[in-house]
Amino acid sequence: MLEGKKTATKPPVRKAPAALGETVKDNEVSRRSFFSWLSLGWIGFVASTGGFFTMMLRFFFPNVLFEPVQTFRAGYPDDYIIGEVDTKWKDKYGVWIIRNREGIYALSTVCTHLGCTPNWLASARKFKCPCHGSGFKSTGINFEGPAPRPLERYRIVLADDGEIIVDKTQKYQQEKGQWSDPEAFLRV
Amino acid sequence: MAEQTKKSFLEKAAESQVWKSIFRGGGVPRNRRQRMMSVLNSVFLHLHPVRLPKHAVKLKFTWCMGGLSFFIFLILTISGILLMFYYRPTIEYAYTDIIDLAEQVPFGIMRELHRWGAHAMVITVWLHMFRVFMTGSYKPPREFNWTVGVILLLLTLMLSFTGYLLPWDQLAIWAITVGSNMARAAPFLGHEGPGASLLAIGDINFITMASDARFALIGGRFMGEAALLRFYVLHCIGLPFIIMIFMSIHFWRVRKDGGISTPV
Ligand code: HEM
Ligand code: FES
Repeated sequence: MLEGKKTATKPPVRKAPAALGETVKDNEVSRRSFFSWLSLGWIGFVASTGGFFTMMLRFFFPNVLFEPVQTFRAGYPDDYIIGEVDTKWKDKYGVWIIRNREGIYALSTVCTHLGCTPNWLASARKFKCPCHGSGFKSTGINFEGPAPRPLERYRIVLADDGEIIVDKTQKYQQEKGQWSDPEAFLRV
Repeated sequence: MAEQTKKSFLEKAAESQVWKSIFRGGGVPRNRRQRMMSVLNSVFLHLHPVRLPKHAVKLKFTWCMGGLSFFIFLILTISGILLMFYYRPTIEYAYTDIIDLAEQVPFGIMRELHRWGAHAMVITVWLHMFRVFMTGSYKPPREFNWTVGVILLLLTLMLSFTGYLLPWDQLAIWAITVGSNMARAAPFLGHEGPGASLLAIGDINFITMASDARFALIGGRFMGEAALLRFYVLHCIGLPFIIMIFMSIHFWRVRKDGGISTPV
């Protein structure tokens, strides 16, 4: 690079060839303007290549996702029996709805160990993960196996008509103290 | 060769126009120089060194593990292309198409060949790396080829990882669920990783569940159709294409670095 620059600016040591010695005509490209065009060309090339790679990167982040809806209506509070874990939304939405004496909450069915789906064992009254054996109480608190933290809860609110709405885009983690958030637990 | 009077069929064929047009330089090579030229002048032969030191063909030294890796790669390429004629990468069909391939399509062993071959290639590539290490063949002037080798290893593992999802059975879905969850914890690029929360302006986080490394990998926030399609394209086109480029560099450098290293 440096070498190139030197020869570009230094006056020619040898006797210049006839064509260079002459003054530049209007329609000819001088040595100096050739190099500025060259650098412009390079800048343009690098910019457009960089631009294209940026486009390529952005291409992998779609604006519209064709994923199952993340918010669903889960019926009325009276549909849920106090003290029971309801598994009817597990397959479709990945949510357990549990009602206790104070209210209703929605538990995520994603094991906090490595993401498998535990099963509700009604007789043992616990969630048991088939992958590595983590166990969770009906509250979602982990008590056995490798899971490092409790199951997550989803936002649960009442619609105007009194129906329950579960919103999976908003999650609450016990270890962050988020279970006390008013929308993490539906008082009924 | 002493019998100049009667030409063999091969010699006659070698003088024909067809032969000469295909094999540059023409003629049957008769001396060292001509033999060398015929290797250098053929696109297929020139990938191979013109001359080999005797020790280089000793199984004891190379275990032929690099050569075996490449051989298995070729088998995987051919059987993989065959599988593509039946396999559809959608949640609806993926699993049943694999069953169909294994049980109904003639020579369903093609699917087993691809699966077992994939396992075998991962093993041979590791063993190849092990032998290169044990023979000290990573030392100058071969440091660069070692680095290319590391890239080849990663590409092999990525091919294995992406291919594993395609049958869309329970094993596959959960393996990739767990595997891609690791990307959540990537520094800065994963939304649960260290430093990700620093990439924010005020309340607006740039690295979220819908914009992090895991999202780019599986094309969504949850394991599903988009992940299957992404892995399929990477497995069948993207990664093989890239690995072939690096393999060419790898083989070329083996030759340019003076052939297989010499045992001390
Ligand atoms: C897709 C995977 C790979 C293929 C197809 C491949 C292929 C080959 C082949 C055919 C050779 C000739 C010698 C032999 O067969 O042992 C070779 C040599 C070599 N490979 Fe690989 N290789 C792969 C991965 C790797 C990896 C993972 C490393 C190390 C990180 C590596 C480093 C080297 C080096 C340094 C040599 C030169 C060895 C010498 O001169 O003795 N390769 N490779
Ligand atoms: S994923 Fe549930 S115990 Fe490992």
